[in-house]
Amino acid sequence: MVHSVDIKYYLVLAAVLFCLGMFGVLVRRNALVVFMCVELMLNAANLTFLAFARQNGDATGHVSAFFVIAVAAAEASIGLAIVIAVFRSRGTVNIEEIRTMKH
Amino acid sequence: MSIEHVLFGVFALLTVVSAVMVIVAKSPISSAMSLVATFFFLAGIYVLLWAHTVAVLQVLVYTGAIMVLFLFVIMLLNLGEANVTGPRVTLARVAGGVAAAGLLAVLVTAIWRIPSASTFTGSQAMSQGFGTLAVIGQTIYTRWLLPFEAVSLLLLVGMVGAVVVAKSRI
Repeated sequence: MVHSVDIKYYLVLAAVLFCLGMFGVLVRRNALVVFMCVELMLNAANLTFLAFARQNGDATGHVSAFFVIAVAAAEASIGLAIVIAVFRSRGTVNIEEIRTMKH
Repeated sequence: MSIEHVLFGVFALLTVVSAVMVIVAKSPISSAMSLVATFFFLAGIYVLLWAHTVAVLQVLVYTGAIMVLFLFVIMLLNLGEANVTGPRVTLARVAGGVAAAGLLAVLVTAIWRIPSASTFTGSQAMSQGFGTLAVIGQTIYTRWLLPFEAVSLLLLVGMVGAVVVAKSRI
């Protein structure tokens, strides 16, 4: 495969996505947007798994990506339930105003 | 320059642009819609990596189920646009930007030193059904059976936990 894209470019794209997600987690104050940025980081990890799976011709990377997607689904359901519970008791999803777990 | 390069460039550009839109969008609805676009373009990139099954899972599970859950919660909480009161450039934003840029620099430097050894034998792997549901299912049910069952248990626990946490009275 002379003409295929080098794996480096896929890895750089994954790195860019991961850093964008990290920036969002650090900067945004809305808990829901923070969750979305975590999903971005999980997708960056998936992209890395799949790039190496293609490079090595091995299906194990695909299985790992499948597990990551399942864990992301569980994380989203639990996280959104916590967001709903916090919104019900505090009336906000701004993580600056939720200080209970800070010391 | 083949069609694969062109498609990769287009999909990568669109993915990064829509991922930036997720972060800079003011209302959570706009963020969620941009995230849906990001997932679609990423699915295109997965197809370029011959991960057709994972691309289908991405569209079905992420954009079909998880994002619907996100939109449902956003509308349930009735969140409008965040009213910006403070300064636009805060210490936290500068620190976050510096941290993300530093990590990106380290990662790109490390990635660029990988020797580009092309061990992938394209047509041979393609004829063996690389990336198809049959091959992935065989791998899951032979070498990864216990983790697969653990994931099913995890999803059950997540489902029950979500109901318990979000319930008003127990």
